[in-house]
Amino acid sequence: MRVDSDLVTGGLRGRRAEARLEKATFVAVPLAAILFQVYVPLLVPYLGYLELPLLVVLFFALTRRRLTASLLYGAAVGLLQDALSHNPIGMFGIAKTLSGYFAAAASIRFDVENPVVRFLLAFFFYFFHQFLYWALIQALLAQPPGFSLQQALILGLLNGAVAVPLFQVLAKLMGRG
Amino acid sequence: MELFTHRYRNLSVLFAAVLGQLLLLGYQIRSREDVPLVRVWAVTAVTEVASLLEAAAEGAGSILRHYLLLVGVRQENERLRRELDELKLEALHLRAELARAERAEALRLFQARTPSRTLAARIIGAGPVLNSKVVFVDAGSRQGVEAGMAVITPDGVVGRVRAAYPTSSQVVLLTDPSFAAGVISQRHHTQGTLKGKGVSLCVVDFIQNEDKLEEGEWFYTSGDDRVFPRGLPVGPAVVVRRGKLLKEVLVAPSGLGNGLEEVLIVLEGVHQPVPAQTPAVTTLHLLPAPPADPAQAGAAPSGLGASLETDADRLRERYRRIGQMQGHTFGEGLPGSAPPDFTMEPAPAKPAIPDASGPPPPAP
Repeated sequence: MRVDSDLVTGGLRGRRAEARLEKATFVAVPLAAILFQVYVPLLVPYLGYLELPLLVVLFFALTRRRLTASLLYGAAVGLLQDALSHNPIGMFGIAKTLSGYFAAAASIRFDVENPVVRFLLAFFFYFFHQFLYWALIQALLAQPPGFSLQQALILGLLNGAVAVPLFQVLAKLMGRG
Repeated sequence: MELFTHRYRNLSVLFAAVLGQLLLLGYQIRSREDVPLVRVWAVTAVTEVASLLEAAAEGAGSILRHYLLLVGVRQENERLRRELDELKLEALHLRAELARAERAEALRLFQARTPSRTLAARIIGAGPVLNSKVVFVDAGSRQGVEAGMAVITPDGVVGRVRAAYPTSSQVVLLTDPSFAAGVISQRHHTQGTLKGKGVSLCVVDFIQNEDKLEEGEWFYTSGDDRVFPRGLPVGPAVVVRRGKLLKEVLVAPSGLGNGLEEVLIVLEGVHQPVPAQTPAVTTLHLLPAPPADPAQAGAAPSGLGASLETDADRLRERYRRIGQMQGHTFGEGLPGSAPPDFTMEPAPAKPAIPDASGPPPPAP
């Protein structure tokens, strides 16, 4: 009996440590994604086309399947991204809040473990995110139109292609494999 | 209301989040004021981390570059070391080629100056026995080499062809115990027989204790053996001492010095006078100039009769007179030809022995 209690205690400790690690990962990964978006394009300009913070939000939403948590996660990541941009704070926040919410809603209805579905969802939500961001800029800031449908589609395909292996890596990193 | 928020909790949160951000946007746009605190925090945090990343990347890049540089240096060092080794080998090779060229030039000059017809050959191998005194040269019967021919260098006698094969020949060196050749000293014209002893020095045998000979005196081939033409240097006498009956004379062969790679095979030997000067060993191993007065050298053999000090001198003079009486010239008869009749009593010796090339004695 004593041995059993030790096992239970050890197991609880392991689960707690795992939970702490998971929380830290959920904080560190979007930060790393934002850092990647800030720093890496200086070295490799073509990597600036990757919207890694959005992909991280999508992964969180698709794997957690919780609407509230996903939209809050998207809001936090978007606001942090806004803070580093030249636009007013809230543009990326709103876009990613909605993206996270709808992605979590889509994860309830679709089999998001399928790579093809993941690719399509990533492609769609990238396009949705870019369009929403452009719409907010047009509506709130009245800036000249800078949205290119063709570019958005191509970059959506690119980000969708990147999302499939990235989700695999993040799933293993966050213990969701 | 509570039921509504509980049922539509997710939508409510979404609405609240979007609304809050819209309000924030509206405030920023309308007031044209930013939210500096958030930006400062965010930018400071991100740029600090970015700076750390930049420094880390720069350091890593620097380390990588230096590592690659060191790898390049190491590779370059190895390449330079290989080149240095190759150049050392090349220098050794060129030095050997230069020495060989010098020897070849000396051989060529000697060939041009010596009246004997010679054939240059290169030593291609030694005998199969340890400390063998036999070598092989790359000239054989196809080039006219025959057994018994003399092998020389500009420095002196090397040996004798023991056997001639189509493309090579076997040469026995003068240090071999089976080797023998007639020699004559340069200053006192003391004759003897050079014999190999299997060591670096040779002995000159059959020299009477009464014969005059000094240490350092050079020996030359006498031509009496009919193998080596007269006048080829053999080497200086390094040891001269009295024995029981005969002198003990050791000669250092001069033809085996300076490394033995190229030799000359005497195809047709021509006798030459023994030079009056000691051969000078130069870098090109050139022989000294021939004597200005050839009569001086020709008078040397006849001059021997002027001082008949030993029995050998007297015996030699007797044989010479016998030969003169019968019209025989020593050293010119072919093998198998009739020798002179040594039982005949020669004519009595005259008070003064005329030189063969000198004027005839006056009539009484």
